[in-house]
Amino acid sequence: MERKRASLKFLVTVMSNQAASTPAALKHTPLNATHRGLSAKMVDFGGWDMPVNYGSQIEEHHAVRTGCGLFDVSHMLPLDIRGDNVRTFLKRLVANNVDKLKVSGKALYSCMLNETGGVIDDLIIYFMDERWFRLVVNAGTAEKDLAWMEKMNADWGMGLTLTPRRDLAMIAIQGPNATQALNNALPGVDSITANLKPFNAAAMGEMFIARTGYTGEDGFEVMVLAKSAPFFWKALMEAGGKPIGLGARDTLRLEAGMNLYGQDMDETTSPLESGLAWTVDMKTERDFVGRAALEKSEITKQLVGLVLLDKGVLRSHQKVLTKNGDGEITSGTFSPTMEKSIALARIPLGIAPGQEVEVEIRDKKLRAKVVKYPFVRNGKVLIEI
Amino acid sequence: MSIPANLKYTPSHEWVRVEADGTLTVGITHHAQDLLGDMVFIENPVAGRTLSKGEECAVVESVKAASDVYAPVAGEVIAANAEVESSPEAINKDAYSAWMFKLKPANAADVAELMDAAAYQKLVESEAH
Repeated sequence: MERKRASLKFLVTVMSNQAASTPAALKHTPLNATHRGLSAKMVDFGGWDMPVNYGSQIEEHHAVRTGCGLFDVSHMLPLDIRGDNVRTFLKRLVANNVDKLKVSGKALYSCMLNETGGVIDDLIIYFMDERWFRLVVNAGTAEKDLAWMEKMNADWGMGLTLTPRRDLAMIAIQGPNATQALNNALPGVDSITANLKPFNAAAMGEMFIARTGYTGEDGFEVMVLAKSAPFFWKALMEAGGKPIGLGARDTLRLEAGMNLYGQDMDETTSPLESGLAWTVDMKTERDFVGRAALEKSEITKQLVGLVLLDKGVLRSHQKVLTKNGDGEITSGTFSPTMEKSIALARIPLGIAPGQEVEVEIRDKKLRAKVVKYPFVRNGKVLIEI
Repeated sequence: MSIPANLKYTPSHEWVRVEADGTLTVGITHHAQDLLGDMVFIENPVAGRTLSKGEECAVVESVKAASDVYAPVAGEVIAANAEVESSPEAINKDAYSAWMFKLKPANAADVAELMDAAAYQKLVESEAH
């Protein structure tokens, strides 16, 4: 039997408490007052007081697919690493190979593994110059990541300086109209945005503009000094950007087939069983933390996309029944773009796209089709059912 | 927040309308839908099913979460709203017209045990503190 679901009473109680109170213990981004001024529904998101929506999550989702959405992602931590051998350090620290970063501003997505090959965090690394790399790590793992990196820095005698940049705010501007909105909000910035390719960044003083995101749309993640953030946000709204909460951020990233740390992978799962083999570089002899464990490991599972054929909603932890054994949904939701329920699931090897599996939802076994994700990119549905 | 005076309520956020013929129409409250967010899936009990008071009998799922709906009193399901099943967002638009199912109560007097609008208002306020 499946775990018991929350009753309406329980959910309503939890959500009212989240919406009504602002415990001093919760951390605030520099845009907290801005969100409250926009009547956002605020929730405790891993210790941060964050907007889950500003009204309708589904409308916010569509605004990003068809126009331009603004996300406060200042809870994530930018981290500057400076010193003589940053590249050498990162080549040992993370699973992807920073030698792929040759041009200043180029970004790389990677996992940082522990000795058993589990994922400590997934992060983005920006190469600025040989003495300066900038990392962006997840909010919930930031302290753990920093402690791990400082330990490696010391153990390997690297002598690098790691500086968490809590003095910066980060705003994601996403959607087909993102460039236009940013250009209008910040006249002159088109001299940068016009030439900025996907997965590249440019720094100008403390302003940092990256053509990255977590939605499957074109867009930017812009870091500014915390004190500039409310004004910048307002200018972006004037330029047509719609505030988007973390609720839509999750449905957008899931449609885009992007992993969420803590759900689709964590310290107990291998990146090779989490759909992240493409980010683990074992082509060279480079010795990185977790490599030995990965080489010894036997891969028995794969991360696949699911589309529910029957009526219902796929959710994380639901059991997936396949002819090769059981698996589990790691992230599931209702896709506003496809108007169907979709999921990422970790299931046994040997089940290919196109095949059907069953998902246990409450007392029923519902039919789902295995698909190759992403589900949606640049506003277009990529899956045919 | 609108809490119609002509309806009865449960502590688990269902609303109940007593019809002229003594049958009950059941839905979830505006307060509940407001906190759950955009509704995307409704599973109603089938007509003919006999429910005991407090029995899990329906499911509402928003983009955010799935939750159970309970029978406000004991009785037999006499109708389920197919329209709300095909357009769950109707609950977000007007929770009090988007009913979910109708019950014939086993005992008409049970309805008196449900909360009135003032009591439900108090409950909502106490939970919001």
